[in-house]
Amino acid sequence: MPIKFPFSRRAGPSDAWTKCPACDAQVFNRQLERSARVCPGCGHHFRMSIGERIDLLLDPGSFEERDAGLEAIDRLGFHDERPYDHRLEASRVKTGLRDALVWGVARIDGQRVAIAIFDFRFMGGSMGSVVGEKLARCFETALAERIPAIVVSASGGARMQEGTLSLMQLAKTTAPLARLDRAGVPFIAVLTDPTTGGVLASFASLGDVIVAEPRALIGFAGARVASDTVGEELPDGFQTAEFLLEHGFVDMVVPRPELRVTLARLLRLLPVAADDGQEAAALGERPWGPLGALSGFAERLGGAVSETIGIEVDTEVAGNGGPATAGTTAAAPSATRSPDEPEADR
Amino acid sequence: MTGTTTRVEATPPTAEAIEAAWQRVQLARHPQRPRTLDLVPHMFTEFTELHGDRAFGDDAAVVGGPALLEGRPVMVIGHQKGSDTESNILRNFGSPHPEGFRKAQRLMRLAEKLGLPVITFLDTAGAFPGPAAEERGQAEAIASSIKLMTGLQVPIVVIVLGEGGSGGALAIGVGDAVLALENAVYSVISPEGCASILWRSREEARTAAAAMRMTAADQLDLGVVDAVVAEPGEGAHTDHAATARTLRAAILSALRRLTSLEAEELLASRYARLRGIGAYLDTGAGATHPVEPPSLGRRIGRMLRLPGVPRRPRWSEIWPSDGGEDENERGA
Ligand SMILES: [Zn+2]
Repeated sequence: MPIKFPFSRRAGPSDAWTKCPACDAQVFNRQLERSARVCPGCGHHFRMSIGERIDLLLDPGSFEERDAGLEAIDRLGFHDERPYDHRLEASRVKTGLRDALVWGVARIDGQRVAIAIFDFRFMGGSMGSVVGEKLARCFETALAERIPAIVVSASGGARMQEGTLSLMQLAKTTAPLARLDRAGVPFIAVLTDPTTGGVLASFASLGDVIVAEPRALIGFAGARVASDTVGEELPDGFQTAEFLLEHGFVDMVVPRPELRVTLARLLRLLPVAADDGQEAAALGERPWGPLGALSGFAERLGGAVSETIGIEVDTEVAGNGGPATAGTTAAAPSATRSPDEPEADR
Repeated sequence: MTGTTTRVEATPPTAEAIEAAWQRVQLARHPQRPRTLDLVPHMFTEFTELHGDRAFGDDAAVVGGPALLEGRPVMVIGHQKGSDTESNILRNFGSPHPEGFRKAQRLMRLAEKLGLPVITFLDTAGAFPGPAAEERGQAEAIASSIKLMTGLQVPIVVIVLGEGGSGGALAIGVGDAVLALENAVYSVISPEGCASILWRSREEARTAAAAMRMTAADQLDLGVVDAVVAEPGEGAHTDHAATARTLRAAILSALRRLTSLEAEELLASRYARLRGIGAYLDTGAGATHPVEPPSLGRRIGRMLRLPGVPRRPRWSEIWPSDGGEDENERGA
């Protein structure tokens, strides 16, 4: 729990301190702010606001928010102990956000990306229609502008107050990812504490690369549910980032201070694939030339590849977006690409 | 594209609404309710069950294989609950492990390879939440199954038979036509789970069932299902054969429409269907913090840190965290 001076409504981070839940140390909030909200004593990663994530990961001044005006609607007339609208309002006041996710386009180390970030403090970061819609638009923009997509998740799962409408957001956010696959646009998932339930059971588990923060809680069902179900003790570190790394479901566990450089490196290593021919000219500077990574690889090695490994490299397939996939890519909502907008920098 | 904008006044569910909703839940969970394998012989011929996910094992909570529908091959996939204690133990009460969803994916890929329409039957309380399922990637199995279905290049008809329980149902529930039996239910979390989180008491499951609007009729209203299929007499449990006959006719009618589409049209309409589900309002409000390129003078001023030139606010000042740790809130 935060401890604040009693005289101001919002004491501000500088004159208050927070008890680290991992090591019990009292950490000044000013210190936390300087250390990207990592406990200087034990390395515990505190949760971050969206603003802090933007400052941590994105080039200064590069973030342009999109679809800021989307707002939830209580379609079910949901009332538990209090109406859904009241819960929304309380979260809006607490966070200054309209819903649990903000997305926009930005740069990381000069590389343009479409990025979406969750705030767990807004109704547990739960995914309802607004979060789902924003994510879908984020991915569709990545597709239309051919820039990588990144999502930083912190969510308890689907938003129960929206019933099956929120369940369907699992499919709504996942469908564009299948199109990114066919179009050769990478998607990086960054899982932070916590990423559970329906968010993990959709886009968050589908990153081409999945990066997790140390000790983050990541799991499908609640740990208590899991333990009750089988009536046994859970293995050590169950549902932590490290547990998922060990079981092969995340690629790396990256301490927060290294997150930005890690993302920048991944973006360099996993560039958007060449578009099928039309924009070949713009791709001249790409490391393996306009034919795409695989055929470039084959050129360098000459016949060695097919002879020694027995792989036949078909340049037409390797050239990305052969005739079989071009059709489905074209069905994407290309209307979202504005003619006024400059082509994404590569 | 805009979402639905109908706002509904939030009130606690009435006693009648609670009673009506719970009655449907009971029917959907009725021990004699027809399961996938009860209906298959009435609807298809030569169903041949295929086993295993080719990676870890065979999950008896998911069944599937090719069959003939009016003499033409289709791929049938469904959750499978048991009908007594023994069969329920074998079927894990219809709650799949990851290998169940991976078997389903394998069968869907086979259907796509051969151009067979896919017909799925949903009837699960949810994906199994145990530690073994977590270790083997329950969330990944569900997510990749959903993703595969959104892009599968053959028609998919989905039937909600009994309980459409959360991600475990949706994992085989993305389709071009989604039908629900009259007494089927579909929800983001079980009413018991919802009650224990939002009402802090499992005793409120009935109230949660009403609040979540989980009946087939509600799902039709929300646009989650496209049609509700009537059940015979007092419910599907009273007459499996009659239930199968009506369902079969509904499936055939959906397939006639879907098989006339080119793969491209099919995928575009499946995508549009999913994109259209949800309720939100676009207030058109601008960005919280519009980014406008600063004038040259201001840029130089900032660079030289001249007095009177305001620095650009950091995003953490616009959306700060409130210092400490937050209490846990749960989603589904
Ligand atoms: Zn600490």
